Amino acid sequence: MNTQKPETKDEVVILFAGDSGDGIQLTGGQFTETVEIFGNDISTFPNFPAEIRAPAGTLSGVSGFQLKFGSIEVFTAGDQYDVLVVMNAAALKVNLQNLKKGGIIIANTSGFDSKNLRNAKYIDGENPLTNQSLDGYELHSIDITKLTREALKDSGLSVKEIDRSKNMFVLGFIYWMFNQSVDNTVKNITEKFKNKPDLAKSNISVLKAGYNFGDTSETFSSRFKVKPAKLPKGKYRNISGNQAISLGLVAAANKSNLELFYGSYPITPASDILHELSRYKNLGVKTFQAEDEIAAIAATIGASFGGSLAATASSGPGIALKGEALGLSVILEIPLVIVNVQRGGPSTGLPTKTEQADLWQALYGRNGEAPIPVLAAATPKDCFDMAYEACRIAVEHMTPVFLLSDGYIANGAEPWAFPKSSDLKPIEPITNVEGMTTEEGQLLPYKRNKDLVRPWIVPGQKGFEHRIGGLEKEADTGNVSYDPLNHQNMTKTREEKVLKIAEDIPEQQIESGPDSGEIVVVGWGSTYGAIETAVRELNEEGKPVSHIHLKYIFPFPKNLEQLLNGFDKVIIPEMNRGQLSRYMKQELEINIIPHSKMMGLPYHVEEIKQLIENELSHAKA
Amino acid sequence: MQKPNNNGNSSTLTPKDYATDQEVRWCPGCGDYSILKQVQTVMPQLGVPKENTVFVSGIGCAARYPYYMNTYGMHSIHGRATAIASGLKASNPELDVWVITGDGDSLAIGGNHLIHLLRRNIDVNVLLFNNEIYGLTKGQYSPTSPQGKVSKSTPLGSVDHPFNPLALALGAEATFVSRAIDRNPKHLRDTIVAAHKHKGTSLIEIYQNCNVFNDLAFDLYSNKDSKEENAIYLEAGKPLLFGKDQNKGIKLDGFKPVIVSLEESGNSTDDLWVHDPEDKIKASILTNFFDYDFNKGDLPRPFGVFYEKQRDTYEDLMKTQIDNAVSSAPIELDELLSGSNHWEI
Repeated sequence: MNTQKPETKDEVVILFAGDSGDGIQLTGGQFTETVEIFGNDISTFPNFPAEIRAPAGTLSGVSGFQLKFGSIEVFTAGDQYDVLVVMNAAALKVNLQNLKKGGIIIANTSGFDSKNLRNAKYIDGENPLTNQSLDGYELHSIDITKLTREALKDSGLSVKEIDRSKNMFVLGFIYWMFNQSVDNTVKNITEKFKNKPDLAKSNISVLKAGYNFGDTSETFSSRFKVKPAKLPKGKYRNISGNQAISLGLVAAANKSNLELFYGSYPITPASDILHELSRYKNLGVKTFQAEDEIAAIAATIGASFGGSLAATASSGPGIALKGEALGLSVILEIPLVIVNVQRGGPSTGLPTKTEQADLWQALYGRNGEAPIPVLAAATPKDCFDMAYEACRIAVEHMTPVFLLSDGYIANGAEPWAFPKSSDLKPIEPITNVEGMTTEEGQLLPYKRNKDLVRPWIVPGQKGFEHRIGGLEKEADTGNVSYDPLNHQNMTKTREEKVLKIAEDIPEQQIESGPDSGEIVVVGWGSTYGAIETAVRELNEEGKPVSHIHLKYIFPFPKNLEQLLNGFDKVIIPEMNRGQLSRYMKQELEINIIPHSKMMGLPYHVEEIKQLIENELSHAKA
Repeated sequence: MQKPNNNGNSSTLTPKDYATDQEVRWCPGCGDYSILKQVQTVMPQLGVPKENTVFVSGIGCAARYPYYMNTYGMHSIHGRATAIASGLKASNPELDVWVITGDGDSLAIGGNHLIHLLRRNIDVNVLLFNNEIYGLTKGQYSPTSPQGKVSKSTPLGSVDHPFNPLALALGAEATFVSRAIDRNPKHLRDTIVAAHKHKGTSLIEIYQNCNVFNDLAFDLYSNKDSKEENAIYLEAGKPLLFGKDQNKGIKLDGFKPVIVSLEESGNSTDDLWVHDPEDKIKASILTNFFDYDFNKGDLPRPFGVFYEKQRDTYEDLMKTQIDNAVSSAPIELDELLSGSNHWEI
């Protein structure tokens, strides 16, 4: 029995890596659930190849599930791993560079046979597990395949079936390593295989074999304890960004008493929203898988005209196809939510990698003067709030609204203190505007209220028949008009209507750091976690810097300029070539230090810290 | 909501109630006028409250149509009316949805949406104004212009092979396929009524004369000197007869349609092809009565309902699925937000 006292850690980063068929995502998901229930804060980041089943054992086929869990608040899945679990040689080759100096490697030795080594492009005859090249790390070579087969030798299962459960051995072992119980996973396995008790039994025995291996194996000395985090009291669940967007749309439909219509064409990394929403038929959700991206938004526009809360989602290439229809929704002035789960571009680009380079597309990507409000979600759980906000603004201001997410937060997950439906802000559709029917009985479908919002008149109401369209329309009546002054006024009115939304959104807050000072880092979207962690760490080191994170990008919160004027330097790190920086420069009179990362990967905390430190030292010199 | 205007219900409405105060701006002599008039004429007979009627169009001359119908309407963007109507009808099945489109709008830029609408069988009525030319952009050839067509963009004649719209519709699993012509108002009205009656997507290809850019394209079928010899009107259960005094008929020789003269001895109407709109194979032969590779006029051009079949509509299937889900696994929003796996701190 291993009696070593576990070492206590504040936070730990683990990467599970192997072939896409190795059950890596499942292993990561189970570990996540267990530590969440235990009370840790956690952030997860699955990273998988674009190919569904790349050839086994090859470098391009490596799938990973990265997670950071801690007894302190966790905002990112971590820069570098404390523990690297590799099921084969390719997984080691691809991920070793991000393992901390002295970090722990747990390697499945049967994934390092000559074929695997060749596939991973190791020089002939060289096995990293035996050639001392990993001396700087704490290496644990375990023949997981053999031990799994041993554990199930009397199960009656085929070798193929047995090998499929080797991820359970790893999981059991990691539970032991971090002093976690196997109970929750046992419960989940029992549930999952309730119609196949044989498989349930075998998976559970392999899970326990992995745990016991840690307990009895004398060779293994490291064992860690990560205490529960001091999270605010409440009920929590795990949620990914795409799930949160789906729930946000459903909740908004519910609170506005509208039916949700979701029109979409499958595209990575937005498809999960369609999958998720198509499961909510029991809440009356209508999902429409269209024949293409254009039909997806066109059907959505039709549904909005028909009185539904209508939404569509895509990624950059699909949003490009929707451009003309977006303009139609602007000139019609109907509510619509368009989600862009951004990925690496241009063109097909990097479908499974993350990027923030579609901000200008959202702001400007249409013909004519076609202003559309732009919101951006910062974290997986924030996707719920921002999807809800996008719906609220769309319905209450009769406008299409863009919501930007990206591959990192779409697939990443974290614990979420979910709200009660009764706590959600009510959403009131604008169906009536004073003076919309003249004394003579003429209907004025483009009559506006004080916020310049026109009424949403759904077909089926007697006496309110009217025509809308993509041609410029006369003020109030909505009749086609080519009058020069009218076009000037309508263009201005549509813009002012959107700008007035600034009166209806929260003021900009400072996430961390002082209210004014030398340096503020301004971010938007998924860079939240890296910036927040960097700024908090620097504040702890006695370096006063601040973090402002924009969730409302167009229009800006009305106090933003004043807030930014309290700082000498504004640093904006973005996963693009400076799109927010240049947009802000144009809108606000401030000096900006832009920073760009275009690697298909999220920012590391260290990169942000370095960026800030550079400016701090400049300031001193 | 505001107090409604005094419209009366559909049974007391007249065609005039369907006209708007907007000036109709098609070229004088355009075939569109007749189509507008026939639709306004039959509307009061359809038994649909005016407020439940929606006309959706794309872009093109025909697409101005909704502005002239005093119902709900949307003049949308090029080619997408079919997709917009799909979302409208799926979201709000109570509405009576009509699509007004042209040969460019629905067969070129919007071809994809048309075929998918037809296969889904969403209950909308599509009036496809086919004038075999682009009118709004002033005279380029269209996907239905015959090969060799000299137009602004094809001064030496078009090399494109054209679409046969009704053959395309059958291939796309359409459940109501028909043809009418602007110059035969009574038949057009009857076809509109039949299309409306059909539950599922109804397609009417309407030959429409563009007197400015493609005048007389369908003269053969509308001119009183030639129409009897060149047009054949299909009626369910009736033999295929045409010609002056109905003196000619169509007989099937295997799968090959042949013209027979009833004036010649030995030929009787009993031997003729009897129209059965439920027979898809025969409907397919009818849609292929002309092939642009051959001379027009070998066989008469058919008009009427080629094919009609009942099939569940998309919106009904969608509704049934939702109703079943709601009754078999009801869930409150709060349950959805908490998920099945949550914990308390």
